[in-house]
Amino acid sequence: MAESDLKLLGMWASPFVIRVRMMLEEKGLSYEYIEQDVFNKSELLLKHNPIYQKVPVLIHGARDICESLVILEYIDENWSWIGPPVLPATPYKRAIAHFWAAYIEDKLMLSFVGILRAPTEEVKAEKIAETHTILEMLEGAFKKCSMGKGFFGGDSIGYLDVILGSYLTWINAAERISGAKLLDETKMPLLVEWEKRFLAADCAKKSLPSVDQLEKHARNLQVTRWKVDSAN
Amino acid sequence: MATSNGPVLLSFWVSPVSQRVRIALAEKGVKYEYKEEDLFNKSELLLKSNPVHKKVPVLIHNGKMICESLVIMEYIDEVWPGKVKILPSDPYQRAQARFWADFSNKVCECGHRLWQKSGEEQEAAKKDMIEKLKLIETELGDKKYFSGDVFGFIDIALVPFTSWFYTYETCANFSIEEVTPKIVAWAKRCLQRESVAKSLSEPGKVYEFVCFLKKRFGFE
Repeated sequence: MAESDLKLLGMWASPFVIRVRMMLEEKGLSYEYIEQDVFNKSELLLKHNPIYQKVPVLIHGARDICESLVILEYIDENWSWIGPPVLPATPYKRAIAHFWAAYIEDKLMLSFVGILRAPTEEVKAEKIAETHTILEMLEGAFKKCSMGKGFFGGDSIGYLDVILGSYLTWINAAERISGAKLLDETKMPLLVEWEKRFLAADCAKKSLPSVDQLEKHARNLQVTRWKVDSAN
Repeated sequence: MATSNGPVLLSFWVSPVSQRVRIALAEKGVKYEYKEEDLFNKSELLLKSNPVHKKVPVLIHNGKMICESLVIMEYIDEVWPGKVKILPSDPYQRAQARFWADFSNKVCECGHRLWQKSGEEQEAAKKDMIEKLKLIETELGDKKYFSGDVFGFIDIALVPFTSWFYTYETCANFSIEEVTPKIVAWAKRCLQRESVAKSLSEPGKVYEFVCFLKKRFGFE
């Protein structure tokens, strides 16, 4: 199966899609990107992801691979001869990476989207505190996984870097809209330094939308879908 | 902490996610120390081994703690390779296995709502559960196990929930065999494996446990 058989169904603002794009970029793989309207789903999307009907979907020849974390591992394993590997080398380090990936997926987005959807200042403050707690946990995870190096993956960008990294523009947009500092150098200094390093990487520059674009998108969601007074 | 060098599993007798790990260890023929946790009075060891979630299962191996059942299953597969493989070698088949194992977690979520709620919410949970089981049944088709002839990752991820079927059926008044007969037949085949038979709880005992929880926590 040729690389040219690779297609990605995505949506520009979705962190789940962004991380797959980052991974494909890290591996240097060419693919056709097909933007989807997630509020008006195409036949193509429904055909290639009938179970969840969501993006991202990686179409590799006749194969459909769904769910972003599953896609990341598929890319790493199927093109394992393109190094460096994105998942860690040992079973224990892989278990730790999987654990923190599940933690991030369970908690982080709900929390910062909770800030944007908060109907009152009180709820907003709760969600901000919750986001800080989660990021403080991830500060500890970074310390353990990076072992003094620049990324969760060590010297090079790894699985946890692209997973957490895919949320960075959303976090920055939430900071602008709420007026609160989420990635706070007094609370999570290592992550703040990691953010700067990660945002300078090619895969981040090529895959993340601008904060301006995402802020506009988030404010629009607040008004049209979440029915929140965007003056909050 | 374990006095031997073998692995230690912190578990709870009726927990389906702990049973996933027990089945995986048994399939691999790994000897381990089983420690029953009282989830209403969590031990220092559990709180220390899984400080983030404070939940079972936790596998303690060579001084390291591994948490989250599907993560532990992959770890076991890699650390004890041997003849029995839980995950296939092919990247695409591995992707399919991970996808469906994750989907089986959604069955668990539906199940919780099904026995905890009543009225309209319970009906909604039942409808959701039936939809998910039908999707899983389509994936199984007429195969012996999810990957074909070989018992593996998806089977291990899903089979512990089958001993909760009686509870779901009794709480929400429906028959899983009627809606997804192939799943029930598959579950019976799995129970013929020693690893599964020795790890799963009896359906009657699961139901007793759920009745106890309902009374204790006021779910009705």
